[in-house]
Amino acid sequence: MRNLIFFLYKYYTFLLFFALEMFSFIVLYRYNNYQKANFLNFTGGVASQFYETVNNTTNYFSLREINDSLMSENARLRGQMLNAYYSDGFTQTSINDTFYKQQYSYISANVVNNSVTLRNNYITIDKGALHGIKPDMGVISSNGVVGIVTSVSNHFSTIRSALNSNTKISCMIKKNNAFGSLEWNGDDPTYSSLKYVNKHVPVTSNDEIVTSNYSTLFPQGISVGKVYSHSIEADENFHTIKVELHTNFSELKNVYVIRNILKEEQQALEALNKSDN
Amino acid sequence: MIIDLITYFLRFIGILFLQILIVNNIELNTYINPFIYVIFILGLPVNIKPWKVLVISFITGVIMDSFSSTPGLHMAATVFMGYLRGFYLKIAASKEDLEGNITPSISQKGPIWFLFYAFILVLAHHFFLFFLEVYSFREFFRTVMRIILSTTFSVAIIMLGELLFYKSVKQR
Repeated sequence: MRNLIFFLYKYYTFLLFFALEMFSFIVLYRYNNYQKANFLNFTGGVASQFYETVNNTTNYFSLREINDSLMSENARLRGQMLNAYYSDGFTQTSINDTFYKQQYSYISANVVNNSVTLRNNYITIDKGALHGIKPDMGVISSNGVVGIVTSVSNHFSTIRSALNSNTKISCMIKKNNAFGSLEWNGDDPTYSSLKYVNKHVPVTSNDEIVTSNYSTLFPQGISVGKVYSHSIEADENFHTIKVELHTNFSELKNVYVIRNILKEEQQALEALNKSDN
Repeated sequence: MIIDLITYFLRFIGILFLQILIVNNIELNTYINPFIYVIFILGLPVNIKPWKVLVISFITGVIMDSFSSTPGLHMAATVFMGYLRGFYLKIAASKEDLEGNITPSISQKGPIWFLFYAFILVLAHHFFLFFLEVYSFREFFRTVMRIILSTTFSVAIIMLGELLFYKSVKQR
């Protein structure tokens, strides 16, 4: 017994180190993907509140840019009034139309925290579960795709940005509807890469890349970027395509979270297929 | 004693503010991500109890994690660095340093000693942090490149900060 106590006393630093390190790893693994909100709730949302205060101050410095981007977006929306289903604020407008059923509604939000230089980047926005946001919703900005909601607390949500090794967005080349997957290689926040486009598909520079209709997260045809360079490696079956992203991630201020009203229905139907096999 | 505690507390808050509000917004490119908040742990007194270093490292990690929404990442890396710090000081600091009440700094140990001290511990911290963040060896050389460049940048900022707050109290 005395030896045991002596042992514990002698190695208590190592044991403490070991315990703390174990705790860190448990937190790291447990909260890594979807339960991250638990951790953010655990720290009381202090960080998010803090960021919001900072943002309220720093937003004044970029009011001009925000205005410009909102004006250009207004102009763009005015041009597509007929089939626009945008809603302002998070009050969702629904239009009673017997031919066109509304499938997507949009919740606007402000970015309160953002990073672009890490390998796995996340964005925090100031709308959460109370505003109708749920995990696995798509997020866009006025220029293009931003990312996917991973976790939600009452007033805030975190978004796995497109600049993240775990984000894969189903995309297609607009002119010939060839499918591919948008994945970021961690190099430059203004470029990403489109993978798995078959090599028989013709690709030229400056081809527009938009979201595909395979994804339940994004409506079809949301702009993503354009082809910057492309090549075919000798032993590959797919194009290597470098995509210049339309979204400027380092200056992201306003985003829209997309709610797909028919998503549950589609997924419930597809789940039936899975249990069938 | 109380004055010391308050000084360290203010220093702690100041360094975290600096990291979160300013250094985190230095977005040069994806290879340079300085994390300078470890300077607080580097600057703790030499004769502080090891368990205190570990606990302080852990708290620093928790705060950094909640501000960068990466649960566990900074905790693990900072605790690791806090543990290594004890070993490094045992090797690199003389016996009277370990018994006397000094802090590792340029003014008390000289620039070369401090540069090595900061570089090795920051390298260990960044190595742990970046590999844990990428969490695969698939992009090994790219990750190593990021570690080396970020470490260099962090150490440069830390050295600048040390020189800025240089106190010429050499007499003991």
